[in-house]
Amino acid sequence: MSNEWPLWEIFIRGQHGVSHRHVGSLHAADAEAAIRNARDVYTRRNEGVSIWVVEAAAISASSPGNKGPLYDPSNSKVYRHPSFYDIPDDAGAM
Amino acid sequence: MTDPIKQFALRMGDNALILGQRLGEWCGHAPALEEDIALANISLDLIGQTQLWLGFAGQLEGYEKTADDLAFHREVYDFHNLLLLEQPNRDFGHTMMRQYLFDTFHFLQLTALQTSSEQRVCDIAAKAVKEVSYHLERSSETVIALGDGTEESHARMQSALDRLWPFVGEMLTDDAIDQAVANARIGPRPSELKQDYIKSIEQVLEQATLRIPENNPAQKGGKSGTMHSEHLGHLLAQMQYLQRAYPDARW
Repeated sequence: MSNEWPLWEIFIRGQHGVSHRHVGSLHAADAEAAIRNARDVYTRRNEGVSIWVVEAAAISASSPGNKGPLYDPSNSKVYRHPSFYDIPDDAGAM
Repeated sequence: MTDPIKQFALRMGDNALILGQRLGEWCGHAPALEEDIALANISLDLIGQTQLWLGFAGQLEGYEKTADDLAFHREVYDFHNLLLLEQPNRDFGHTMMRQYLFDTFHFLQLTALQTSSEQRVCDIAAKAVKEVSYHLERSSETVIALGDGTEESHARMQSALDRLWPFVGEMLTDDAIDQAVANARIGPRPSELKQDYIKSIEQVLEQATLRIPENNPAQKGGKSGTMHSEHLGHLLAQMQYLQRAYPDARW
């Protein structure tokens, strides 16, 4: 058995209405301890209003080798980007 | 007797200062990076509270001193912190047990101080209680995890509790200053907090599978300043060195 605590990925929501953003990772014995550690490591300067923690082992990731097939085909499809609209200021963060 | 409110403010400030300094000793040495940062954060919370309490003490009439004057230019027997807080860190478990035993008291005390007759005391307590509520959450969870952990962590936590228990009584026992502070409605008598304190630690220590020692004599002399342990002098020598060697040096 490993003597290391499990690794947790930390997500912080900076303000209301904005999504949680990945800020880094840390070690902790369990989820509650991970939240406390995240509070100390990542919100010391009043960065957040909400913390999510996910055990790193629970994350499935795409393979870097699949980059071509996964992402390249979208390059030539400019019509998928809604870049032709003016967004009113009142709409806020999109 | 000297002005009770001044004594009271010194006690509050010195408790925060001495424990804050002790926790600072872990900086760069804690068993895990995450714990290192957390201990430093808690230390800084306490130093922040020190500035408020000692700043308040220093401004009281006839006593024009700054928080720095009081922190760096007093001798051992002018300090009014609890004996519990000047005890050395020893191992991480011992540090967390000391923290837990104080956090529980500190939280109850600050909660009560929010209705003080002295507005400045209410204001400082309202700010500090939010920080201390988190300190207590962290230290109680750590005490439970280590107490109810491995055979070794359990043994270390039990030995920390046995060693620190004789210093708990001083927190919960009234002296003349405490009485005067309560009579002026500045703050609660420590003895009024005792029942909640014992109930609270019994709950946590039971979850931690730790046994509260019986019949230990209560050490005293810290908050009155009459009988500090030998540890405080060493702590002050390190903390005050720069201001003693280069008086009024500034960053």
